[in-house]
Amino acid sequence: MAARPVSTLITGAGLLLLLLISIVMSATMGFMEIPVATVLQLITHALSLGSGDMAMDPIVTAVVMDVRLPRILAAVLVGGMLALCGTVFQAILLNPLADPYTLGISSGAAFGASLVIVLQVVGWMLPTSFSVPLFAFLGSIGTLFTVLALASEDRRLSSTSLILSGVIVAAILSAAIGFLKFVADEQVGIIIFWLMGSLSGISRQNILLLLPAILIGMTVCLFYSRDLNIMATGERAAITLGINTVRLRWVLLITCSLMTALCVSVSGIIGFVGLIVPHLLRHLLGPDNRQLIILSTLGGGLLLLVADTITRAVLPAEVPIGVLTALIGGPFFAYIFKKRQQENG
Amino acid sequence: MADSSSDILWQLDQVDFAYKNQPVLAEIQLALSAGKCYGILGPNGSGKTTLLDLLCGLSPPDKGDLLYRGTPLYQWQKRELAKRVAQVPQDFQVRFGFSVREVVEMGRHPHLGRFASLTSQGHALVDAVMEEMGVAGFASRSVTRLSGGEKQRVAVARALVQDPEVLLLDEATSNLDIYHSLSILALIRRRVVEQSLTVVAAIHDLNLATYFCDELIFLKNGQIICQGPTDQVLRPDIIQKVYGVEAQVRKDAFSACNQVSYRLPA
Repeated sequence: MAARPVSTLITGAGLLLLLLISIVMSATMGFMEIPVATVLQLITHALSLGSGDMAMDPIVTAVVMDVRLPRILAAVLVGGMLALCGTVFQAILLNPLADPYTLGISSGAAFGASLVIVLQVVGWMLPTSFSVPLFAFLGSIGTLFTVLALASEDRRLSSTSLILSGVIVAAILSAAIGFLKFVADEQVGIIIFWLMGSLSGISRQNILLLLPAILIGMTVCLFYSRDLNIMATGERAAITLGINTVRLRWVLLITCSLMTALCVSVSGIIGFVGLIVPHLLRHLLGPDNRQLIILSTLGGGLLLLVADTITRAVLPAEVPIGVLTALIGGPFFAYIFKKRQQENG
Repeated sequence: MADSSSDILWQLDQVDFAYKNQPVLAEIQLALSAGKCYGILGPNGSGKTTLLDLLCGLSPPDKGDLLYRGTPLYQWQKRELAKRVAQVPQDFQVRFGFSVREVVEMGRHPHLGRFASLTSQGHALVDAVMEEMGVAGFASRSVTRLSGGEKQRVAVARALVQDPEVLLLDEATSNLDIYHSLSILALIRRRVVEQSLTVVAAIHDLNLATYFCDELIFLKNGQIICQGPTDQVLRPDIIQKVYGVEAQVRKDAFSACNQVSYRLPA
């Protein structure tokens, strides 16, 4: 209804199309150049569930299907989830600058995962594939509950108390991660690399975890999307419109914390995707969360895929993706922040 | 609803409420009937907003019984209550740039299922109310760019779109200019008369209260000082007791209702 610069439907269709093109293009890029036609053939073949044989070079098949596509899909899913969580956190906390970091959720997950690495260094042989996601979950949920407990004196969990509690807990956690790095001694490189974020260690199992997570998470968030819109007009107004604001916060904070923890456990800390994508889309299309949740997910997936393709295939050496998103995203965010200040001022 | 005395909406019996161990309301005894317009008056901090909060279930009373249509308020489903009771806050703030129309449409929330969108009837209602409240002209503008008065009219429109049987107004017109506050109150007043809407309004301006309300409830320090029909309780002695100012109440032919003038005691 509103006079927005860009239509929602067009943006949605455009993002989806761009995302599909990027997936295919990214699969062609890398150390080994593979033609677009070949990639398309492989993907359609895989989608039709491998009926019939294909005369294809097994190495090319392996590179596309086993090496590149899992990583590409992981980038899309992780980016999508981070942006989805960012959208919801911003809407719950009524703060356009919020994302999973603001509440310390990512730091909690990072602490949990770093702990596994340190425990391995000191000789506790925990299976990485299993214990890193688990500890990240525990770390993020532990953080969420600490933050909620800190803020709970305020019965309605107001956004200011939540954000302040988040800042406090995140500060403590970052010191704790620093201590873990110190303990890790010579192995500190593993933690540092992991904290900077990377999608290089992705396996097919990760995809099988990420895909249902994003589908369930998105459904839950969409279920509450109209309630989230109403939250923007104030707590009291929301309650008098029949919204159980406390339950809304609990359900969405836990859902998004789990998604964040999963992202962190798979890819380390990747910043700014969850902040920029929803922020930019809200600026272009308006704040209606019913649309924003879907569009941000598409946009986040697209952004992280492009960034990961750059670091994987374009740059001469692989830069940690978290560093890249922060280096590109940070200044870009500073720019839109400044520009919006001028517009409003 | 011909016999309004039997159609009691709220019944409050010995209701106490404290905020952080600070008593705000004490021993509130009140019965509010359907189809009337009540004014809650009292100095700043006398508990007007808290009383409204109790009525719409925002905060539960610490002691005493609070019934709505004979059922304890806390037993009401929030969504059911939202279909019946709408509130217009004192200062309507919206954090993101939703359009005026989007904000008004939010009033339909309690009537809509999950994932459902507005029916054509819902759209028609939204259109009609926006027209009535004079906000249709800037339906697509962002609410964050409206003036205080415009924003307040959007808030009233949203509450009316909720299609409630009760409207709670918390100083809803205190930021509006005379024309807009009178015209909004007149529109609401018409719904009270024609559609048996019930209104409970916290009001600062005594002259607006006499114009608008059938009955007045005077609060001071969390206690009801006096309640009753407007022309019976709007008296100089009560105003003096509640506000600590000397007052004169006289019939005003021009506005066709009582007018109060006041001064500080010598």
